Amino acid sequence: MGDLNSILAGFGGQGILFMGKVIATAGLLEGKEVSWLPSYGPEMRGGTANCSVCISSGDICSPLVTSPNVLIAMNLPSFTKFIDTVVPGGTVIVDSTLISKKVERNDVNVCYIPASALAEQSGLKGLANIILIGKLLELTGFCEYLSIKKTIEKVVPPKKQHLIQKNMEAIDIGYNYKG
Amino acid sequence: MAVVFKRPHALTNVPTHYCPGCTHGIIHRLVAEALDELDLEGRTVGIAPVGCAVMAYDYFNCDMIEAPHGRAPAIATGVKRSVPDSIVFTYQGDGDLAAIGTAETVHAAARGENITIIFVNNAIYGMTGGQMAPTTLPNQVTQTSPFGRDISQAGFPIKVCEMLSTLEGSSYIARVSVDCVRNVNIAKKAIKKAFEIQSQGRGFTLIEVLSTCPTNWGVSPKDALQWLRDNLIPYYPLGVYKDVTEVKKEELCDG
Amino acid sequence: MEERILMKGNEALAEAAIQAGCIRFFGYPITPQTEVAAYMSKRLPKIGGTYLQAESEVAAVNMLQGAGAAGARAMTSSSSPGISLKTEGISYMAGADIPGLIINVQRGGPGLGGIQPSQADYWQATKAPGHGDLHIIVFAPSSVQEMVDLVENAFDLSDEYRIPAMILADGLLGQMMEPVTIKKSEGGKKLPEKKWAAKGHGHKRAHNIINSLYLKAADLERVINERFERYKELEVKHTRCERYMTDDADVVVVAYGATGRIAKAAVKAAREQGVKAGLFRPITLWPFPKQDLKDIAKSAKAFLTVEMSMGQMVDDVKLAIDCKRPVDFFGHTGGIVPTPQEVLDKILKLAGGER
Repeated sequence: MGDLNSILAGFGGQGILFMGKVIATAGLLEGKEVSWLPSYGPEMRGGTANCSVCISSGDICSPLVTSPNVLIAMNLPSFTKFIDTVVPGGTVIVDSTLISKKVERNDVNVCYIPASALAEQSGLKGLANIILIGKLLELTGFCEYLSIKKTIEKVVPPKKQHLIQKNMEAIDIGYNYKG
Repeated sequence: MAVVFKRPHALTNVPTHYCPGCTHGIIHRLVAEALDELDLEGRTVGIAPVGCAVMAYDYFNCDMIEAPHGRAPAIATGVKRSVPDSIVFTYQGDGDLAAIGTAETVHAAARGENITIIFVNNAIYGMTGGQMAPTTLPNQVTQTSPFGRDISQAGFPIKVCEMLSTLEGSSYIARVSVDCVRNVNIAKKAIKKAFEIQSQGRGFTLIEVLSTCPTNWGVSPKDALQWLRDNLIPYYPLGVYKDVTEVKKEELCDG
Repeated sequence: MEERILMKGNEALAEAAIQAGCIRFFGYPITPQTEVAAYMSKRLPKIGGTYLQAESEVAAVNMLQGAGAAGARAMTSSSSPGISLKTEGISYMAGADIPGLIINVQRGGPGLGGIQPSQADYWQATKAPGHGDLHIIVFAPSSVQEMVDLVENAFDLSDEYRIPAMILADGLLGQMMEPVTIKKSEGGKKLPEKKWAAKGHGHKRAHNIINSLYLKAADLERVINERFERYKELEVKHTRCERYMTDDADVVVVAYGATGRIAKAAVKAAREQGVKAGLFRPITLWPFPKQDLKDIAKSAKAFLTVEMSMGQMVDDVKLAIDCKRPVDFFGHTGGIVPTPQEVLDKILKLAGGER
């Protein structure tokens, strides 16, 4: 794909910011320009969390994404807040375990994936965010598949090395999911 | 001929600007004598306040920094943390330390900052011409308490030693006076002990020195000393309020 | 070569300061700069440095003053409301020729304002960072990498000229992650000797006095005149700016910091539409790169200043070009980051002769 201008949104605690970090790091490892900008302040404390992530082959002028070409939504308030900002032709990925509402626009590509349920079933609780990255990768090819593996190895903290395998499983579940 | 009295090395050879009868001169001398006797001048940094002692930087022979009003303990903290081998003291009046600089004072003590504060309390703002201080006594007349300090409006004086000795971070807190020879000698001992404790790295030390202000109290130097005895000492009792170097009775029993 | 890593602006800034030889930090928590303090609290104890959480911003800046007076390379960090409290210390530092670095990761104001990115402290930083006749050196980075690069520069100039320096960033730069490379200084950076510092004379010299009080008016004027000579030299030697496609530009956008990068996107888009737009981005806000801007005014037809404020730098732009060309303004207040599209629309209007 060309440049990625994404908004990732959900509740605090779902790993939204980490999801952004994984995506940005994948771009970094491929030698591209990347930016990651979180929402910050009181809304972080148990409320909604979102972040803007850009990957580009050129300079990134505005790290604050207002017209995303990718939206990943992990709760209804975020879905409602951002769905109309997606550019026509953009990609919307919805965790359908958590959001039952359907997209009413027909000028965007929508994918419903029950990421939270898939994570639960596969013994990967807490990795719904990574499953969604797998889906994003399959839909947009925002990076090479191999880069994701390298990324996971890099971003998983040294103390949690045993989670690398689980994260890769989560990527594959998302990547291979056919809704 | 034997020299029996001379200027301490830690004092510069310049006349001070203090009013006749003011006790700042005595207190400066005591600090300088302590630095001389402990051979600390070469690694000492003194912090001057805002107030009558603002120009103390000209009077002490050690390196000196002039602080914003009330911030001397913060400046001292910055120096001490950057040059841990240094000996750092602040020299502050009652308005500087107990009004505008209360937070800096209390928190330096709470942190157990390894510095020495010389707190000169004469119950009035001297430099600005005799206004009410945080330590002005109830009913004391000043330029801004012309009918006497009304505690229902202006609140109560702050007893700094009593307050700071409750903090776990403080190590040596004492109140002394320079109204007579005997008390001057006691004051000297306390100041010297504070510097000793600091040079041993044993924490926060503060010596409150009850002092006079003949000019703004509107009395003669001699009467000022009597006024101090009659009014300040009863309200601000002299003594050691905290001393972590004291061997506790229980410790002796255990031995 | 150093590795290119992903780092948050606030943390990259802190690490860059450490690499520049700053191991004394005095701070107080405030959004959106708290990560600077948190990072320092993790790193400094491990390398024999000082991280101290002060009781207030006032105390923190005075601790910085003490450390600076004692000759240490030191810094404090805050955001807009906290900088207001620090203005006391900044004035005294300027008045006593004490070097030191102050970070302002700006948020909205006045008052508590907001916690989102803002550029509303331009006036404060460049015109009145404290009471009295004074200036401080003000740098405005527009990316995380530039923030890293400017930190060392700020420390060095501050030491050389004995003038406090400020990095004027904003919540966007502080909070965002971008790839950066941070130059590692092996065994710590060698810092200049400071013979004037108050850290104990060791009986080897006369006592040093660090002071901002001059009771004789003539002495005060003499000292300030001498200081203004240094300001003048800074202005001649150390103003910095980025010029992007300004040579043949009809409309020149002037923007700094985070807004500078957004304006660049708009300029590129305008060029794609055949409109001759350019970007002038001051990197030093004080001294302001007046001469460079004046040169551009010879050929440019109109200027557009873009800020995240009601328009503060716009006055300096007018002064720099002696009001010889029209200077328009576009901006939003704290938290509403201008979009490239909004800036582009404005450029197109100006290019069409509209005001």
